[in-house]
Amino acid sequence: MLRSATTWLLIGQRLGTALITLVIVSFAVFFATELLPGDVAEILLGQAATPEAVTGLREAMGLNEPAILRFLGWLGGLATGDLGTSYVNKVEVADLLAGRLANSLRLAGIVTAICVPLSLSLGIAAAMWRNTLFDRVISVMTISVISVPEFMVATLAVLIFAVWLDWLPALSYGVDVDSLGAMLRAYAMPVITLSFVVSAQMIRMTRAAVIETINTPYVEMALLKGASRARMVLIHALPNALGPIANAVALSLSYLVGGVIIVETVFNYPGVAKLMVDAVSTRDLPLIQSCAMIFCVSYLSLITLADMIAILSNPRLRH
Amino acid sequence: MTRNRPTNWTGRDDVMIETAIRRGASRRDLLKMLMASGVALSAGSGLLLRAEKAVAATPVSGGHLKAAGWSASTADTLDPAKASLSTDYVRCTAFYNRLTFLDENGEVQMELADTIETSDAKTWQITLKPDIAFHSGKTLSSADVVYSLKRHLDKSVGSKVNSIAKQMAEIEAVDDLTVKIVLAEPNADLPTILALHHFLIIADGTTDFSTANGTGAFICETFEPGIRSIATKNPNYFKAEGPYLDSFEFFAISDNNARVNALLSGDIQLTGSIKARSLRMLEGQSHVSTSINTAGNYTNLNIRLDLDPGAKAGFVEGMKYLVNREAIQKSVLRGLAEIGNDQPVSAANRYHNSDLKPREFDPERAKSLFEKAGVMGQSIPIVASEAATASIDMAVLVQQAGSEIGMSFDVQRVPSDGYWSNYWLKAPVHFGNINPRPTPDILFSLLYASDAPWNESQFKSETFDKMMVEARGLLDEEKRRAIYWEMQEMVSNEAGTVIPAYISDVDAFSTKLKGLRTNPLGGLMGYSFAEYVWLES
Repeated sequence: MLRSATTWLLIGQRLGTALITLVIVSFAVFFATELLPGDVAEILLGQAATPEAVTGLREAMGLNEPAILRFLGWLGGLATGDLGTSYVNKVEVADLLAGRLANSLRLAGIVTAICVPLSLSLGIAAAMWRNTLFDRVISVMTISVISVPEFMVATLAVLIFAVWLDWLPALSYGVDVDSLGAMLRAYAMPVITLSFVVSAQMIRMTRAAVIETINTPYVEMALLKGASRARMVLIHALPNALGPIANAVALSLSYLVGGVIIVETVFNYPGVAKLMVDAVSTRDLPLIQSCAMIFCVSYLSLITLADMIAILSNPRLRH
Repeated sequence: MTRNRPTNWTGRDDVMIETAIRRGASRRDLLKMLMASGVALSAGSGLLLRAEKAVAATPVSGGHLKAAGWSASTADTLDPAKASLSTDYVRCTAFYNRLTFLDENGEVQMELADTIETSDAKTWQITLKPDIAFHSGKTLSSADVVYSLKRHLDKSVGSKVNSIAKQMAEIEAVDDLTVKIVLAEPNADLPTILALHHFLIIADGTTDFSTANGTGAFICETFEPGIRSIATKNPNYFKAEGPYLDSFEFFAISDNNARVNALLSGDIQLTGSIKARSLRMLEGQSHVSTSINTAGNYTNLNIRLDLDPGAKAGFVEGMKYLVNREAIQKSVLRGLAEIGNDQPVSAANRYHNSDLKPREFDPERAKSLFEKAGVMGQSIPIVASEAATASIDMAVLVQQAGSEIGMSFDVQRVPSDGYWSNYWLKAPVHFGNINPRPTPDILFSLLYASDAPWNESQFKSETFDKMMVEARGLLDEEKRRAIYWEMQEMVSNEAGTVIPAYISDVDAFSTKLKGLRTNPLGGLMGYSFAEYVWLES
């Protein structure tokens, strides 16, 4: 009973820290945005930005208030769940985000569903059969995959599968997705490209974490007691390796929400990363802040989740 | 047909011929051109037949076109006053109409207007065609035209053409179908100005641009800024011909390779702004074709005449001789350009001064001019950026040519973001990039008049200003042409802007797509392809 209360306290502390982090990040993003040259009125007018045109548009857009006040207003709105309105096209940020976030999450979800089981199995298998031919093949493959930049993987994939072989569409959005087959075809290339990027890291970390626990005396004890190799790794070693593995998985996955700008660009997939880039290039403060918050929340929740898994799987961490 | 091909014939030669035919060259002209280059007559006519087939065909109705532009962001808009990118122009011209438009030869044609009349180039009477309906069912009247034009004068709209619209001192409805425009000063170019993409006509009172209510050939079905738009054919379109497509979808693929790949794999049927280095991928593909359009976009080297070193006599002239135009056209722009003669009116414009020859590349002459200016031995900074197309390569070329005559240039490469507000017009020697404009008057009043907002080299000449105002009000074509020719010569010799080449736009499309022609307002048929093209089944 006492133990579970401490656990809840720990979790509560984690959530509190996460909230404070969000506010700090929000201020940091605001100040960074202020450092960029030009404001939304100048950017929208582009080469036609004469001083009087800029003043006129600024006034019409309600940008005459100091930026910090507008920012604090936005932050206040956020507390009540209102993300504000985009300066650029006067559409609610929530509406702009909804579709894009769904796209990003769908892509991230598919990649996660494929990569996590695959990477964990490969990593554990490589650890079980350490220093065998299988382990070496996996190592060489992961190192090669990490070393190839994703724009190259993506472009090559398009060239081979869409242009030469004509098996898959070159774009992932804007093609008609009317059946499961069509959806699989549309998502195949972005998912493969992203899997390359995120799996390699997970495989290597899983392998390392499992090997480390295998080397501890208690696992050796299990082996000496006659446990099979599979039992030794899965039942005795794995639970203690879960913490580091969960962290590696969380780090890799957090990349899938905000860091996939290259994949979104090459496959013309409208996700939140592209939205963030648009927002920054037009200095659209409410949109920049909302995107930043989403990236931050997704990162924090994954890391917090990983920490919780680590805490729950390792009783020593609870004290 | 391959049998008849001369041995060194390439896909690009096909493209050249097709482009010439689109521009209106006659068969005899082309045969002459081919004969002159040593192609046997029999082979020559075979090649022409192939190219002609690609251009001339009977329109077919139906089909869904997917076309991709090259830039999109959340700033995409259906408000013609704010339209700023190719993507916006394509959408807006599909949904709305202008009073006039420019045809492939740069001549003004009437669109919503039936007639545009004036006796003094100052007071204009515009009569609208009757019984034109907006998508909402409302009939087009003079009130819509007055509202659409007056918006550009309202600062809070943020119109891109506010500076051009300012000359319309009075805009009023005379009756249901007649609008009177009184200009502050006479300007014979008004019909051409009204053909700009920003002067599209919207319904009176429109303030919501989440969808488009226009008179255009297509009705806006879906519009998601930064993502895509879907349009369906307007069954009540007022023109006798077109549109041919049942529907068309437009989105942007910003990555050049992705754009080419999407076309090659058949996911899209039309795209534009193809970079020279991707042309090789398109050559030799039987199912795609390209169209090259040199409308007059250019990247120029600006030397401010009011700051050192530009203020020293001889420096600017020296720079004009030090810029190797041929190398810029051939290597930097890979042949997709026409050599320029330091003035902004390109050969696509009917007022282009064809007597004005480009300067030769002459480093020795440049050297003696630099010595005269007393700048030898100094290191001159040149500001270049990705923001101005190909400017970094051009700067390096100037730097190399300089080092051979003992002149040192320091190429300062700065980021694209903020280039236009921080460096352009400001640095003593820097690069600019100017989009095509339909009239010499717009170019001159925007870029070279003493009070021009974008006077890139701070060129000031009273004679020039007077000539500009005089030509503007002239209804006599011949006299105007003569003045514009002289003004081009003045800019070429006296201003501090080196315009080495006019850059071509390359559109690429599936061979199923027919009816695409070149246009002086830019690639993709002046961004208004939607109502003119059709898909062969």
